[in-house]
Amino acid sequence: MLAALICLSGCNIIIPQPRDEYVDGRLRITYWEKWTGFEGEAIQRVVDRFNGKQDRIYVNLVTMSQIDRKALVAIAGGDPPDLVGLWSAGLSQFAEKRALMPLEPFMEKAGMRREAFTEVFLEQNTYRGTLYGLPTTPASTALHWNKRLFREAGLDPERPPRTLAELDEMAGKLTKYDENGHLVQVGFTPSEPGWWHWSWGYWFGGELWDGENVTFDTPENLAAWKWIQSYPQKYGAEELRRFQSGIAGQFATPQNPFFSERVAMIVQGVWMANFIQTYAPGLEWGAAPFPSAVPGLEHVAMVECDSICIPAGARHPDEAFEFIQYLCSQEGLELLNMGHKKFTPLKEVSPEFLANHPNPYIEVFITLADSPNAFYAPLMSMWYEYNDEITPAFDMVMFGTTGPEAAVSMVQERVSDMWVRARASIERRERAEAEAAR
Amino acid sequence: MRSIRNGLLFISPWIAGFAAFTIYPLAASFYYSLCDYSVLKPPVFVGGANYHELLTDPVLWKSLYNTMYFAVFFLPLATLLAIVLALLLNTGVRGMTIYRTIFFLPSLTPLVALGILWMWMLNGEYGVVNYVLNMVLNPLGLQAPIWLQSTAWSKPAIILMSLWGVGHAVVIYLAGLQDIPKQLYEAADLDGARWFSKVRHITIPLLSPAIFFNVVMGLISALQVFALPYVLTDGTGGPARSTTFYTMYLYNSAFRYLRMGYACAMAWILFLIILALTLLVYRMSRKRVHYGG
Repeated sequence: MLAALICLSGCNIIIPQPRDEYVDGRLRITYWEKWTGFEGEAIQRVVDRFNGKQDRIYVNLVTMSQIDRKALVAIAGGDPPDLVGLWSAGLSQFAEKRALMPLEPFMEKAGMRREAFTEVFLEQNTYRGTLYGLPTTPASTALHWNKRLFREAGLDPERPPRTLAELDEMAGKLTKYDENGHLVQVGFTPSEPGWWHWSWGYWFGGELWDGENVTFDTPENLAAWKWIQSYPQKYGAEELRRFQSGIAGQFATPQNPFFSERVAMIVQGVWMANFIQTYAPGLEWGAAPFPSAVPGLEHVAMVECDSICIPAGARHPDEAFEFIQYLCSQEGLELLNMGHKKFTPLKEVSPEFLANHPNPYIEVFITLADSPNAFYAPLMSMWYEYNDEITPAFDMVMFGTTGPEAAVSMVQERVSDMWVRARASIERRERAEAEAAR
Repeated sequence: MRSIRNGLLFISPWIAGFAAFTIYPLAASFYYSLCDYSVLKPPVFVGGANYHELLTDPVLWKSLYNTMYFAVFFLPLATLLAIVLALLLNTGVRGMTIYRTIFFLPSLTPLVALGILWMWMLNGEYGVVNYVLNMVLNPLGLQAPIWLQSTAWSKPAIILMSLWGVGHAVVIYLAGLQDIPKQLYEAADLDGARWFSKVRHITIPLLSPAIFFNVVMGLISALQVFALPYVLTDGTGGPARSTTFYTMYLYNSAFRYLRMGYACAMAWILFLIILALTLLVYRMSRKRVHYGG
C-alpha cells in the first residue's frame, strides 16, 4: 500500500505539478514578504507600480508571518515562492544550506552594478563570497535621547553624550528613585530594548568572530561585559530587574519605557521615529551616534537590512529578478523606504527623498550606515545558536549571579564547541555532495 | 483465515493512513535522528553522533530539569484542583450548569491569548496579581515576586497559568462522579459516615479510573509543555533559560538552528522518557485503581 502511494505520487496523481498561472495574459509570480501595516502598504505600492508597467509579469504579493520558517518548509518541500523577503541576520543559514540562488549572474545579465549599493548592506547578503540577496530596507542604530528629561536633569538637551563614560555619568543624573527606594526613571540600561545583547563589544573595539574563529573572550569584549555589569552594580540588580519587569515586552505600545519617559537614553534603529509618531507624538527626542568606549573609535553602529532573495527551486527566477531589478532601482527603493520611513541602501539618493523624509534625523542614520565602524551580526550559519548562548549569559550578568569573566568564557567555550561541530557538518555535507557529483 | 483476510481488507484504508501518516514519519524520524539533517539538504548518516552530543549538551539537561520541575508541581496541583472543582460542581446547587460552563471556559481560550493576558496580569510592576499580593505583603515588609522576569518565579508563573486549563479534566471527573452509584452514599449515610469519609472511601476509589486516565494524559502533556512558555518568552526561554522547556529546545533545534537530525534524536529521548514514566504510573496504579461494575 505504501509502495502504491509512493508510486501514485511519483506518477503525479496525488501531488500534481504546479502549473504556471496567468493574470491577463501575464505570468504570475509569487512574492512572500513579512511586512504589515504601513510597511506592507509601502511594498504593495511598489508591486502595484511594477505590475502597472508590465505586460509579461504579474507579481502577487503575499504577506507572511514567521516568513523564514515558512520559506524553509516551502523550499525543502520543493514548492517555494519565486521571491522571498528575509532578514539579513538569517540569510547565512539559508545560504549555507544552498536554499537561495546566487544573484551575481542575474545582476551581470541585467547590467546591475554592485557599486550602486552601500557596501555594508551587500556584505550582509554575502555568504562565503557569494551574493544571495539584495538589500531592500536598511537600518542602522543610534542613541535616542529624551530632551525633556535632559533639561529636567540640568543637562543640555541639545548635547548628547560623546563618550561612553559621559553617557554613564549622564545616566546617573537621569536616574530617579521614589520614596521607597524603587527606581522610577532610568537614565540608561544595557538591557533595553534587549534585542542586541550581543552587540556591546563592538563599541569597545571588539568583534564576535574574525571570519575563522569565535572571538568572544577578547579583552575588548570582556571590557564591554564589565561595563554591562557596572549597571546592576550601580543601580542594584534586584531593583533594575524589578524595573525591567514593568517594561518587558511593551515595545510597540504607549507603555514603551522610552515613550513613557521612564528610560531617558536608548539604542534604537531608524524605525523608532515611526513608533514615536504613533505612540508618543509629543515626545521631544534626538538621535545621535551611540558613543564608543575607545577614543578615536567613532560612529560605531549596528546595521541590518531586509533582503530580497530568490529561493532555490523557484520556478521563474528570471522573471523574479526582473522585479528585483525594479525594486532595487532608485525609484523602487525610494518609494519603498519613504513608505517605511527608512533610508535607502543605494549610494545615490534623490534630493527630494532627503528633503521630504519624515525622520528629522535621517542623515544621522545614513552617516552611521556609511561608517567604516558599522557592524552587523556575524555571517555564520550558526549565528542564531551563538546569539542564543549570549542572551542567557547576559541575563546572568544583569542579575548579578555571574561575573563578566565567567560569562564571557562560558559563551566562548560553548560557541567554540558549536562552531567545531558546525564546521564538521559543513565539511561532511560538502564531501557528500562532491561524492554525489562524481 | 478468510475472516482475517476480510477483516484486514475492511480496515485497509485505516491501515494505509496509519502507515503513511504515523508509521512512516516515526520510522523516518528515527532514521533522521541518526543523520546530520538540516531539512534543506539530504540527510547525511552520522550514526549515534546526535545521541552522543545530547548526553553532553548542558542546555538539554537544563531543559529536562525545567520540564521535570514543571511536571512535578503541575501534575499533583492540577489533579487536586480538578478533583476539588469537580466535587464542588457536583453538589447540585442552583445554576450549576452556569458554574460548570464558567470553569470550563478558560480551557477553551487559545493559549496565545491566555499567555498575553497572563503576561499583563503577572507584570512585576503594574500587574493586577502583584497589586493584590502587595496589599498583603507590603505591610509585612515583603515584596511580590516579579514572576516572568525572575529565574526563581518564572516556572511557578507558568504552572499557575497552566492550571487555568484544568477544565477538561474537571469534565471527565464530573462524568466519573455521576457514575458512582447513589446507593453507596445512602448506605454510608445510614452508617453515619461524614462527608470526608465518604469522599475518602467511596468517591476517590470509584473515581480512580478517571484519576488514572487524567494523570496519564496530564503527565504526557506536562512533559510536552510548549505553547505558553514559547509565547511568553518569544521562544527564548528566558530569563537565563529558566523557561527553556524540552519541547521548546526541540523546536528551536529543528526550526531555528535547522538541526532536524538532532531534534529527532531529542524527540526519541522524550518518547522513551514518557514511555518509561507512563509504564511506571501503570505499575503503581494496579492496586489503586478500582474498576467498578
